[in-house]
Formats: sequence, C-alpha cells, structure tokens
Amino acid sequence: MDFSFTSEQDDLRREARSFLEANPSPSMEQLAELGWVGILQGGDFTFLDAAVLFEELGRALYDGPYALNEIAGQPGDDVWSIEIDGLVPHMDQVSRVLTPDMRGSSAHGDSLTTVDETLGLGRLASNDAVAAHGEWVDVERRLLAALALEAVGIGAKAIELALAYVSDREQFGKKIGSYQAISHSLVDGYVAVELSRSLAYWAAWCVAEDDEQVGLAVAAAKSQAAEAAVLACEKSIQAHGGIGFTWEHPLHRYYKRALWLEGALGYGREHRAEIAASLLSS
Amino acid sequence: MELRDTPQEAAFRQEVRNFIAQNLPSSSKARGARRFEDADRDWSRKLGEAGYAGLTWPKEYGGAGAPYSHQAIFLEELARAEAPSHLGVIGLGMAGPTIMAWGSPEQKERYLSKILTADEIWCQGFSEPDAGSDLAASRTRIDDQGDHFLVNGQKVWSSFAHIADFCIIVGLGLPDEPRYKNLTYVIIDMHAPGVEVRPLVQITGHPEFNEIFFTDVKVPKENLLGTVGEGWQVAMTTLLHERGTLGFALSATLDVAVRKLIALAQERNVTDPILRDRIAREWIELQALKYTNYRSLTTLTKTGIPGPEGSASKLVWSENNQRLTKLALEILGSHAQLTDGSGDGYWQYQQLRSRGNTIEAGTSEILRNIVAERVLGLPRSR
Ligand SMILES: Cc1cc2nc3c(=O)[nH]c(=O)nc-3n(C[C@H](O)[C@H](O)[C@H](O)COP(=O)(O)OP(=O)(O)OC[C@H]3O[C@@H](n4cnc5c(N)ncnc54)[C@H](O)[C@@H]3O)c2cc1C
Repeated sequence: MDFSFTSEQDDLRREARSFLEANPSPSMEQLAELGWVGILQGGDFTFLDAAVLFEELGRALYDGPYALNEIAGQPGDDVWSIEIDGLVPHMDQVSRVLTPDMRGSSAHGDSLTTVDETLGLGRLASNDAVAAHGEWVDVERRLLAALALEAVGIGAKAIELALAYVSDREQFGKKIGSYQAISHSLVDGYVAVELSRSLAYWAAWCVAEDDEQVGLAVAAAKSQAAEAAVLACEKSIQAHGGIGFTWEHPLHRYYKRALWLEGALGYGREHRAEIAASLLSS
Repeated sequence: MELRDTPQEAAFRQEVRNFIAQNLPSSSKARGARRFEDADRDWSRKLGEAGYAGLTWPKEYGGAGAPYSHQAIFLEELARAEAPSHLGVIGLGMAGPTIMAWGSPEQKERYLSKILTADEIWCQGFSEPDAGSDLAASRTRIDDQGDHFLVNGQKVWSSFAHIADFCIIVGLGLPDEPRYKNLTYVIIDMHAPGVEVRPLVQITGHPEFNEIFFTDVKVPKENLLGTVGEGWQVAMTTLLHERGTLGFALSATLDVAVRKLIALAQERNVTDPILRDRIAREWIELQALKYTNYRSLTTLTKTGIPGPEGSASKLVWSENNQRLTKLALEILGSHAQLTDGSGDGYWQYQQLRSRGNTIEAGTSEILRNIVAERVLGLPRSR
C-alpha cells in the first residue's frame, strides 16, 4: 500500500505548475517541447503521470485540447478532440475528432457560443468518418478520470483563492476569515475537494492498472469531483462578496468550467444510477 | 502509487482472516458490531493474545511493532467479518499512548500490558458540566497533599466508566496559575474510595456513558502524568491520539454500515431511483473516506506526521453515518417506529446513536475550527 505519487511525479507537478503559471494557455507545440504530448502512447509514462498534468491543467484553467488528444490515443501527428454528449471541445484547435462509435472525422462543423467561453465547443458536420483505434469503454474511462482530475484542480484553486481573500479582507474590524460562518463554509468546501481528490487518484490508479474496480472508480470520481468543484467555486464566490460576482475576477471562469465538468459525460445522478445498479444487483 | 497489498500485507491479511474465522464467537457475530460493549472480554482477550490489540504499539510495551498499514488491514478485516472491536478502545487509543509518551518506566510496566489483554478497562474523564468543548476550563480539583493528591469534583459523559478499572482525568491542580498552566493530569483507580459512577441513559435508551463524582479521593503521587501544571500538554497528547488513530476505525465501522445498507436495499428490493441515488452516494462517500485515510496513512508512514487530509476524517465520517442511518430508516418505512420485536432494532439504535457522532471526540464545530486554523491557516475565531 503506497497511495502517493513518486518523486519524479512530484517533480513533474512542480514543473507543470510553474510553467503553467507563466503560460496558462500554451500551444500544442509548446507542450510537445516539454515532452508532454504522447505521454500516454507507451514509453516510460503511465496514466498516473498524465493524471498529474490533467490536474495541473485544470488548476491553470488551460483552454486547449491537450488532454482530449492524449485520451483519444490515436496514432499519427494529428491533434484530436473527442465528442462529448454531441459537442466537440476546442474544435477550432484540432484537425480530427473521435466519436463514441469509435470513428474519426475531420474537425469541420459549426462553432457554438458557450457559457464557459474557453471551451471552444463545436458541432461536427463532416461525414468523412473512418474507423479509429481502440475501444470506447477505455476512452470513456480515461476521459471520466481526466475530467475528475481537472475538477480537483479547479476546486482546489477556488478554495485557495478564497483562503487568501478572507485572510486579508477585514470587516467590522476583523479579518473575515475569523468568522465561523465564513471559515466553516470554506472548511466544508476544502474537505469536499480533498475527499474527491482521493477518489480521482484512486480512479487514475485503476485506469493505469486496469483494475477490476475501474468502472466504479471513474464513475465515483467524476461525479464526486465535479460536484465538489462546483461547491468549492460557489463557496468561494460567496466568501468574496461582490468582487466574486464580477466578470473582472477570475472566479467566474473556474465556476463555469466546473459547471461544464459537472454535466460532461453525465451528471452525478446518472453515474450514481449505474453504481447503484452494480451494487444492488450482486 | 500501489494500492494493492504488498506480499507481506497480503499474508498478514490472510492471517487475520483465518484468525477471525477460527475465533469469532458466533454470538457476537450474530449481534454484529452493534455496540462497543457487545464486544465481550473473551473476544478482546483473544485479540490481545494474538497480538492484534496493540498492533502498532512498540514491542517493548507488549505491542507487535507492526506498520500502520497492518492496523488498517486488521480493521478492514474486522469490518468485513462484522466483528466487534476490542473493548479497551480508550486504553488502546488514548490512555496507552499517553502513558507511553509521558509515563515513568514504572507506570508503563504497571499499566500497558493489561490494556492489551483487556484485563483492565479504561475510561476518559475529561468533560465536566461546565467544561466540554472548552476542556481548559476543567474545575475538578487535584490538590497536592504532599504524599498524595486529593481529588474532588465531577466528570460527565464518560463512556465505559461503569465498567472501567482506571480513568484518565485532567483537572485544576494550580488554581492560581493562568489558563493552560493550571491543569494536572492523573490516573484514577475507579475502585478507590470516594469514586462514584452514575450511569446516564442516552437518547437510545441505553446507559453507555456516566457521571463520575470524586469525593476526597486519595490518589497516590505515582499516578501523576507529566508534572503538576503540565496537564494541558498531556491532555493534548491524548486528544491527538484520539483523533489520529480514529481514521481507520471510523472507515471500518462505516464499511459495516454500508454493507448492511446494501443488504437491506437488496432484501427490500429498492427500485425507487431517489433511494438508489442516495445509496450509491453513501457507497461513494465511503470510498472517498477510505482512500483519504490511505493517503494519510502513506503520509504518516513516510514522514511520521499525519497529513492534513486526515484531520477531516472524523468530521466527514460523523455526517456520513448520520445520513446513512436515516436513509436506512427511510427504506424501512414508517414501520421503523415499531419496537414490538419485528426486526432486530439495529437501524433504529444506530440512527439515534449517530446523533452523538458529531458531539463526541470533539464536536463538528470544534473540528471545523481546528481544520480552519491548523490546516487552512485561517485567523483564529476566538
Ligand atoms: C456519545 C458520547 C460519548 C462521550 N464520551 C466521553 C468520554 O468518554 N469522556 C469524556 O470526557 N467526554 C465524553 N463525551 C463528551 C464530549 O466530549 C462533549 O460532549 C463534547 O466535547 C462537547 O461538550 P459539551 O457537551 O459540554 O458541549 P458544549 O461544549 O457546551 O457545546 C455545545 C454546543 O456549542 C458548540 N460550541 C462550543 N464551543 C464552540 C466554539 N468555540 N465555536 C463554535 N461552537 C462551539 C458545540 O459545537 C456544541 O454544538 C461524550 C459525548 C458523547 C455524546
């Protein structure tokens, strides 16, 4: 039993965090230079290495197709997105799109306007699909785990922003973080994110090891982590007062990403229905 | 990251499984891990003899000196078999570690091994009528009389006091000193003259905690832990262990509850999608708690210091257990009111008992203060 990342993975996390702080919106070329592109296509890396990056990219609110391209796992030099619930994230940044029937299409179609303006959602219009490599169950599992990890990055960042703010802001002559109505609410947000972090890491390990519990683990992790990220953002917005409600403050962008994650590939309720079916059948 | 057992852990797990299969009395199995006191002394004694009672205690104190992962595996296997835990929870989890940290060689020699064998049961007398969350406000007098201490006062809500042989108490030793420097910590012989225990009936109808009255109780000098006036520091050691060692025991009891919940839902053929949603949620919450405990365990094993993620376990567990037991009642329906002998009353007892979970061992409000201040570094609320 060892539920921790290796020191190399910790180094990768540090490297990713400092790089993304300076370049929150890197190009695929920049990511390739870092050696991150193709991390899941064999070599020395496992899904746990990718997991570190997925979480850090979420934390940085990265707005590109890196994770989807890795998860699609298709050979060749094309950059891929994956159709999720009929919608294609970052369609304008990719050349190919993987659909749940495991076919690949060229990335042509309509660009859609979205609440989270960084998603670049499109709807596929091309009909030149050809068979793609792999199985959808595997893609879906990797995707659910990656969405969970992204959500953990978002939720943790939202809480950090709130902690910094309430430790500084004063009202009635005291730091607002000393009021229990504020601190206890943030504790609940923090705890929810930390619990879902454990689920997301468990799910990532199950994917890496193709563990027999992988289906349950990714469903549990995705549903819980996305809900925790939404909760963390809502608590953070409340703790910020008026400034948290503005377009100018970054919080709304975390919140909108969290709301997308909550719905993508099914709300928690849908995953819990599957989990219940599995638990109650045996 | 490796979430499977190492070969050594797997072998230990198998050994525990065999031990339980061969030794668990069928009567206590039938009763399940329903109440602490159901764990009879025989079973506790067997756990002690097999070396499972003080798994992580150092060998010099009669423990097995095993890694924390073995403690986790042991508790998981107890939960899997729905077997009761050792009766001496206060001795094992609180009094013992406090004596190891602060006790003299004579005290260690005198007390530790009998905790493991369940020959002596301990209770904790911290709370008082006017000092609950605010433990530093303890007013029970511990007066130095030269060759002994004289103890006068009252403790309350003390679990196991009615069956205990010894009690760890903190009280006012130096009334003129400032807060945190005025307390003294002693071991009290519960059979000494002047000690009176009055059971208090809980919300469940069972008397599982007690008032303790001390009237001119003579306590030998050798029962002091730390120095006179150092009681607060000694008490912090006790509380650190109370919360620190609790994590795995808590997820193990929750594991039993989730297993029983699923069995109930299967038996009642629950098809209502809302109930099924909530059942799945409780299962997910259990996994989240379990894997969070694994993360703390790894941090603890690697650094010797519990990670911050562990401090929230008790908070989350108590709320999970309250939600889960109410859900079980809802599955039972309005007939859950009946106490006429239909059903064994398991869930009715558990649901009422769960209300204590957010009060005992630090209320949820106090735990949130601790997480806010010590984990998140927020400014103090007081
Ligand atoms: C089942 C059970 C078993 C127990 N076993 C033992 C035992 O074996 N030994 C023992 O010594 N004690 C035991 N206790 C006592 C327990 O530790 C106390 O009940 C607990 O510490 C709370 O103290 P209190 O009851 O005096 O409540 P109070 O401290 O008066 O609290 C009342 C309410 O005020 C809140 N509150 C208090 N201070 C603050 C604050 N600073 N900020 C926000 N809210 C606050 C509390 O959270 C609570 O909601 C047991 C209790 C229960 C329920």
